Amino acid sequence: MVASTSKYKYITCDPEKCIGCQLCEYICSFTKIGEFNTYRSRIRTVRAEEILITAVACRTCENAPCVIACTRDALTQDPNTGIIHINAERCDGCAWCIEACDFGAISINPATKLAEICDQCEELEDGPQCVIWCPKDALELTTPDQRAQRARRKLATEDVLGM
Amino acid sequence: MYGYTGKILHIDLGTRKTWIEEKPESWYKLYIGGVSMAARLLWENIEVGCDPLSPGNPICIANGIFAGTPVPVGGKYGLASKSPLTGWIGDSLSGSWFSVALKRTGWDGMVIHGASDNWITLLIDDERVQFRDATKLLGLGTYATEEAIRDELADDQIRSATIGPAGENGVLFANVTNDGRQAGRTGHGAVWGSKKLKAISVRGTHGVTVADPETLMKMSFDISETSQGPYTSKYRLLGTATNVLNMNKLGLLPTRNYQEGTFEDAELVSGEYLEEHYKVKKIACAQCPIACEQMSAAADGPYKGAMTGIEYECLFANGPNLGINDLRAVIKLIETCDQGGMDAMSGGVTVSWAMETFERGIFTKEDFKCAKYPEGFEPNFGNAEAAVTLMEMIRDREGIGDLLSKGTRRASAIVDAERGTETYKWAMNSKGLESPGYDARGLKTFAVGIAVGTRGGCHNRTAAYDPDIQGEVDRFSIDDTRGRLAARTEEYAAVYDTLPLCKFIRRCFTGKADRAGAWPAIAALINATTGWEFEYDDVDLIGVRAHTIKKAFNIREGWTRADDDLPYRWKHDPMTKGASAGHVVTDEELEYLKDLYYEAKGWTPEGLIPKEKLLELGMDDVAEEIGV
Repeated sequence: MVASTSKYKYITCDPEKCIGCQLCEYICSFTKIGEFNTYRSRIRTVRAEEILITAVACRTCENAPCVIACTRDALTQDPNTGIIHINAERCDGCAWCIEACDFGAISINPATKLAEICDQCEELEDGPQCVIWCPKDALELTTPDQRAQRARRKLATEDVLGM
Repeated sequence: MYGYTGKILHIDLGTRKTWIEEKPESWYKLYIGGVSMAARLLWENIEVGCDPLSPGNPICIANGIFAGTPVPVGGKYGLASKSPLTGWIGDSLSGSWFSVALKRTGWDGMVIHGASDNWITLLIDDERVQFRDATKLLGLGTYATEEAIRDELADDQIRSATIGPAGENGVLFANVTNDGRQAGRTGHGAVWGSKKLKAISVRGTHGVTVADPETLMKMSFDISETSQGPYTSKYRLLGTATNVLNMNKLGLLPTRNYQEGTFEDAELVSGEYLEEHYKVKKIACAQCPIACEQMSAAADGPYKGAMTGIEYECLFANGPNLGINDLRAVIKLIETCDQGGMDAMSGGVTVSWAMETFERGIFTKEDFKCAKYPEGFEPNFGNAEAAVTLMEMIRDREGIGDLLSKGTRRASAIVDAERGTETYKWAMNSKGLESPGYDARGLKTFAVGIAVGTRGGCHNRTAAYDPDIQGEVDRFSIDDTRGRLAARTEEYAAVYDTLPLCKFIRRCFTGKADRAGAWPAIAALINATTGWEFEYDDVDLIGVRAHTIKKAFNIREGWTRADDDLPYRWKHDPMTKGASAGHVVTDEELEYLKDLYYEAKGWTPEGLIPKEKLLELGMDDVAEEIGV
């Protein structure tokens, strides 16, 4: 299993809660391109088996392999947020970044033939729209560290304190 | 046009030609989408008297007006052909990713004509159509077929509607499955099989353009939020399986082929028991925040590993109705239907007919010889292994499974003709479509609703059990309000089936599910999508037209008043136990109820539609053909 090495926040999905409704994809495509087109979403619902469903978006890896793989220096990583920025002037749609990504989080826009990736709706005050829309609260903008803290707390309350 | 492209794709499987039909906006305003548009496409593209299994019976697919937008539960499409099971209109709905992907291809609907010489699948790749060899897919179950196509095309965004072995084999109640959801009833799988069409796959990359996206987003968000509250808790928590105990209490839970309405082991097959022991995951259709699909698996026992979605109708048909009290066997039976690609309701009710025919000594052990049991077996009620074996035999049309694959109406007629028996007296169907999990003997409004139903024994299209169960009327007696009530619930349901929106959202607009509670919001959603100016009455008319075009189809095929009937048992055999014991719907009552219903519809006493009524609805060409 590949794991993100991120110290940054990224959008995670709890497969226990995810129902596969794709509302995250609708809101993403609408927010980013003004269209209802789940095919163009930057977060993707995955149904691997009938009952194995989750959603995946950019996991803001440290030393992001996509940035390293880009032969045209079109990809840069924001040192504060970890968000990958794609310079449309430089990107030529070669797809090296897609190959480098262990999470399948990058896609090529079929119209412009350029790479696209989740930017956590950083230009919006209320943050990632998919997180707001998810009807089951399966999506969350968080860091691995925060997730670990919560897991420990849950373990303590359930297993140790028996609550 | 917003919300539509104005284009219907026609495909001829015989000549391998495709063509585009452009429809004017005025046509869409009349028929909208879903079952209404699918039925209208069928009306336009079939010759009267066509054999349902001949190349002349088209497959008509109509997408939803809200498919591909964030409108909750709007990812649904309608499917219509002439039903090989009933001989009348066959209309069905299914939800999820196939519908959404189809919307993105830019086709509002599809009409598939003719028949192929060899097994194929269709790939609708945006504007392009490919005819692909399906030899390698033959014999695969429904989900396996979808996965195999995604593998072959190496694209997990491909969505397919498929048939399983039952459809390939021509089981008359075979169905069409996409994304684990079924266009379940009236035998579409047999129609597809007769055309050697194993699957339709779609890959759509275009966005959906609507008139007022901001309003649509705002409304969708609010509806989605509301849908996480009390108005849908029944569907989200236990699913419709929660009905088992309610129906049992009302004496309406069909037990052992509708011999009784209470099941002594109802607790063991209840939604509550399922939740505690066998639930593995709740999943949703695409575009749905509710997630009613209760994926359940047999964790142990002889059917260990069987897994499928469980809801009330399939559960009653394969549980209490077969006298089976082990949910693991019920899961196995429904999985056999779902993966085999056949209607688990008709399947269960056909098996129960066979069990009763055996218990009455007409069928004997000899009749049940098969490869698995060469000496035959004894399918008494409660014998789970016999039921599972029978269901597999139906799917494969092996042995007596061939007879049973024709459904209860034909199977009983064949047996009665050959053996001089009267097994039709416990063949539970209306117009050839097997009965649902609501016993009409204790639901007199529902009795007329289901008798007059255009597709036969379907609870979903009539919904007339609602006033009975809600206590709006006395469910055991009749009065002159019942015709109006049955017409009202049926037209109400037809609005949802046409948009389509899943009916589970009906209370999430304002908290009230009635017209006043839902129509203004639905009109606003339609207007934000299309830019039209629909009002309350226009929403009502959506349902009226949807129902009228289906009825018109049946009239054109030779329907008469006598075809609106109930199963013999509901008219003659009272139940002996439970809260609904002692009641039947007599012929006299039924004829009176039909009078009331036709009158409420504004039809003639023979149940035909006056010309002026059709002209009022803007259905001029229909008036010309069948108006009186």
